Amino acid sequence: MRQNRSDLARHWAHDIYEVFRAQGVSMVSYVPDAGHVDLIKLCEADDRMRAVSLTSEEEGVAFAAGAYLGGKRAALLMQSSGVGNCINMLSLIKTCQLPFLTLVTMRGEFGEFNPWQIPMGQATPVVLSAIGLIVYRVDAPNEVRDVLEAAVSLAFGSYCGVAVLLSQRLIGTKRFVEEK
Amino acid sequence: MTQAPHLNRREVVTALLAGRSDLLVVAGLGATAWDVASVADHPLDFPLWGAMGGAAMVGLGLAFAQPSRKVLVITGDGEILMGMGSLATIAAQRPRNLRVVVMDNECYAETGLQRTHTAFGADIAAIALACGFPHARTAREADEIEPLREDIHQLDDLFLAVIKVAPTDYPKALPPRDGAYLKNRMRAALLGPQAVFE
Repeated sequence: MRQNRSDLARHWAHDIYEVFRAQGVSMVSYVPDAGHVDLIKLCEADDRMRAVSLTSEEEGVAFAAGAYLGGKRAALLMQSSGVGNCINMLSLIKTCQLPFLTLVTMRGEFGEFNPWQIPMGQATPVVLSAIGLIVYRVDAPNEVRDVLEAAVSLAFGSYCGVAVLLSQRLIGTKRFVEEK
Repeated sequence: MTQAPHLNRREVVTALLAGRSDLLVVAGLGATAWDVASVADHPLDFPLWGAMGGAAMVGLGLAFAQPSRKVLVITGDGEILMGMGSLATIAAQRPRNLRVVVMDNECYAETGLQRTHTAFGADIAAIALACGFPHARTAREADEIEPLREDIHQLDDLFLAVIKVAPTDYPKALPPRDGAYLKNRMRAALLGPQAVFE
């Protein structure tokens, strides 16, 4: 039985957006991914939030650092394939003990069809840990809100970098051929 | 054929920061951070000791968080070339309180004077304009510095300026290198002493 993925996606994206609003995350930067489409739309539709499109993911690490220096909270939205682009820039987070939150939609894992996604998808939790981020993972829609609340509290309360991996099982495996 | 860059970078940075009042400064790693530190160790400066290519985006985040303050990103040609995409990102946002100054000595002075792409014709002011910056220019002479200083402190729009400077190696003037200290110092100076309790 095929689940209705679009309904689920709308549900947990709303949870993330509501946690952002409740906990004062007022800026997001992003390199778009299909898994983030609803969250980006919600943020862009809210004139109390600022959504910044990036050319490459590491820009969002530096952007979040600047926002925090100025007294605001920012989050970076990206796909796992963008994680590798950020690694050296994340030294800024570790060295300066800056709060940092990134939400990573995963590819290259659960049921992946595209072999080019596998290397970075499999390396994602490893390299994020190696550069000093604390890594959370969400597999089920009903866990999203709790994990996000914990991640925001941890990042901004304890001055550290936190990545929340939104698993491919949560998002729904990308299909290049429609099922009959 | 244009003349080789001859401006003294230390004199230029000293002039640009004169009368800085509440200007926020993000300095890109390497010689530019040392230039800024040579003027003063100021609590509203955030000098980068790493994160190459990130200076302009730190400036964008700061400019959005503090829309009533002017934010100066001052960095080198090598540093901005590594983060060239950020010029397109910034132009798309057009923050009126952000200004980017590139100290262009046409080489990687910290690592042995290897030539950067600007030595071969890459024109960072033209790149900024092509990205959509509303204003960008290149300064080569001393009499162009005072008008630039006025723009940094007064112009109510995004702009980028390249300053061609001599590839001279000056004595190191190092800012503090403890990142957590630099973070807390800037936040306390900008947001008040309670910021370190947040």
